[in-house]
Amino acid sequence: MTQQPKSWKEISPAGVCWKPATDYHTGDWRTFKPVKDPAKCTKCLLCHMVCPDSAIKYNKQTQDVEFDYDYCKGCGICANECAAKAIKMVKEGGE
Amino acid sequence: MTVKLEQQVIPLNGDEAVALAVKQSDVDVVAAYPITPQTIIVEKFSEYVANGEVDTEFVCVESEHSALAASLTASLTGARAFTATASAGLALMHEMVYVTAGCRAPVVMAVTNRALSAPINIHCDHSDAMAERDSGWIQIWAENAQETYDSIIQAFRIAEHKDLLTPVMINLDGFFLSHTLENVKVLPDEEVKKFVRTREFPQVTDTEGKQVPFKLDPNNPLTLGPLDLPDYYFEHKRQQEEAMHVAPKIIKEVHDEYALLTGRSYGNAFVDAYRMEDAEIATVCLGSAAGTTKTVVDYLRSQGVKAGVLRIRTFRPTPVEDIIKCLEGVKAIAVMDRSNSVGADGGPLFHEIRHVLYGTRSHPPVVNYIYGLGGRDMPQKTIHSIYKDLYEIASTGKVKHFVQFAGVRD
Amino acid sequence: MVTIKELAEKPELFTSGHRACAGCGPAIALRYIMKALRGPTIVTEATGCMEVVSTIYPYTSWKVPWVHTAFETAAANASGIEAAVKALKRKNRLKYEHVDVIALAGDGGTYDIGIQALSGAAERGHDFLYVLYDNEGYMNTGIQRSGGTPYGASTTTSPAGTVIPGKTEYKKPIAEIMLAHEIPYVATASIGYWTDVITKVQKGLEAEGPAFLHLFAPCPRGWRSDTAKTVEIARLAVETCMFPLWEAVDGECNLSPQSKAIALKPDRKKPVADYLKMQRRFSHLFAPKFQHVVDEIQTDVDKRWDRLLKKCNVSSPAKTHD
Repeated sequence: MTQQPKSWKEISPAGVCWKPATDYHTGDWRTFKPVKDPAKCTKCLLCHMVCPDSAIKYNKQTQDVEFDYDYCKGCGICANECAAKAIKMVKEGGE
Repeated sequence: MTVKLEQQVIPLNGDEAVALAVKQSDVDVVAAYPITPQTIIVEKFSEYVANGEVDTEFVCVESEHSALAASLTASLTGARAFTATASAGLALMHEMVYVTAGCRAPVVMAVTNRALSAPINIHCDHSDAMAERDSGWIQIWAENAQETYDSIIQAFRIAEHKDLLTPVMINLDGFFLSHTLENVKVLPDEEVKKFVRTREFPQVTDTEGKQVPFKLDPNNPLTLGPLDLPDYYFEHKRQQEEAMHVAPKIIKEVHDEYALLTGRSYGNAFVDAYRMEDAEIATVCLGSAAGTTKTVVDYLRSQGVKAGVLRIRTFRPTPVEDIIKCLEGVKAIAVMDRSNSVGADGGPLFHEIRHVLYGTRSHPPVVNYIYGLGGRDMPQKTIHSIYKDLYEIASTGKVKHFVQFAGVRD
Repeated sequence: MVTIKELAEKPELFTSGHRACAGCGPAIALRYIMKALRGPTIVTEATGCMEVVSTIYPYTSWKVPWVHTAFETAAANASGIEAAVKALKRKNRLKYEHVDVIALAGDGGTYDIGIQALSGAAERGHDFLYVLYDNEGYMNTGIQRSGGTPYGASTTTSPAGTVIPGKTEYKKPIAEIMLAHEIPYVATASIGYWTDVITKVQKGLEAEGPAFLHLFAPCPRGWRSDTAKTVEIARLAVETCMFPLWEAVDGECNLSPQSKAIALKPDRKKPVADYLKMQRRFSHLFAPKFQHVVDEIQTDVDKRWDRLLKKCNVSSPAKTHD
């Protein structure tokens, strides 16, 4: 958290949450990142379903599957579950 | 005070008075578990439900802990919620008592004060509510069934005030008030409904920065009851303290408005000072013992003794100014505690009164009598002997014993 | 049945940014539950992993009204919310035709500390869905054993030592306990099969009265399994019949397709060792000293499986090989 925490006068009572979790980028947690082979991907969307972090999105416009690296923790479930073996887990910082 | 309102006199015991007040107050959810001596409240209310006399969801929960959890979440969903308990039930709820205050839910709870076990005792004692005094609930203590009825009605207005959002506990002595029949003046249904009003919700900030009503509503989703790390817990607790600073103004407003409507007031809403104006010796107490004490005071006055009794009605927030104003000039004070803080050199009320008077210039001597534990009767003659002790302290300036147990067999 | 594309286009009501471990099974469970909603919903959750990771003040992952009060109160909370909705609706103060109430709790908040409230709420017949996300331990407080921890598992309060091989008690049959409460809907599901989860959540919401869903969700941290294998392990639990899938509508039990397939063709049933060896919480069982525990687990699984087949009125042909 880089923002200065607020004083008791500035926040709503009862601890009502006022920040969406999406403001918190968990992407910097990972060691491995998933990389898609577009040639193999059948756009079955199974990876979107199994991602614990909703970090695989279906882009309605492009009708394509996209990884959201802001949140991906690199667990590898998508790569393990992909029926087409279209996802590879690659070490961060080295392709 | 001339009051135009037509009020019927009905014989009710304290528990029945609570049930009637709840019935008339347009309560949406009652979630409660029976425990002596509160049982008449839930039984009477069940009768109302079975006869279609109330439009309330009555949840017969399986324990007191669930009673307060359900009342709390019902309240957070926007319902007006009420529960009642005593003794072990209140102790079982302890975790949720703090959670309710922390969630700033305006739940109203009646407690028919009864001793905490062990040994198990079903009779009157203040140990149950005393164990919750740090929780952040407003605590009002009634002297009789009439005050109980009146205070329950006021409690909903107090708790739900959008600047307060603090749960309110109305205490009535177990058996002495809960089960004793009294002539109670009751208001017509419409007048109570008008007085308690429909619940209003303050605005809070959601995750989109919008101001939305403080309740669980699918149209304006809020997250309530989050995890606080050390960076924010302290601030949330500070907010609760702030609510207690705001409370007196609201408690007084509601009390005075009710007094105008019904002709009944209880001291200044915070303390009931009986013959204290020129009192030289005085006792301080909570609850029904004040009634007996007033009789002793009247007798002493007839004998030329300048005695008085200060009954604390609003125990939380502590009415600091009123206590100082009433007790500052008194020459000897005895605080009567119907519970003990074991090993702490006196009972809880004693500690608090002493604390309040500590900084005063007059610094009067304050002694403590632990009395009436487990329903032990507090007769006039015991109270009279306390005043005799006070008379001696006032005359000689010397205190023989600071903390005594009045009425125990040594 | 709605298509995967339609589900993928739905806005996430349990969003990214939560602090669950990489590969968290319960997080997947919550996503499936949120994808199955049918209208205005209020969610209440017990203290536990999912509550903590998703609501670290001031952040929240929840885009539905959500409340947490304490550890043992998920079902009591749901009772209060449901009662409030009923009362407000009756008094014309609720702007919705219907509000679904969902109680979420882990095995900690359900099997043990939360069972009283759950049993009470079930007995009173409140209209709500209770989903137990079962990761078989008090994971949030450091992987301690719960009533849902399986026999032989090593946890921090039932560690595999030199004398005792992990937990010496069997997993409490929570779904059967809820079945005995005679509520309208009871089912088991696993995050290994997302369509089944979503169908069952929907059925639970539709049921009028208490509904209970026992949702199996592996924890790679507590089970010391590969984070990438969470969903695979959740499938294997079903394939080995360690966690069979069934549902009971008004008390009538039926096997779900994935378990039915095994009943009809017993060769499909995998040995428990396949499942156990994927998790290091069972690795001590592969030492010769404790090998017998694996056999005991297999025997117990087989016994419960046979009992379930009888309850669901399925006769299984004999295995052609072992």
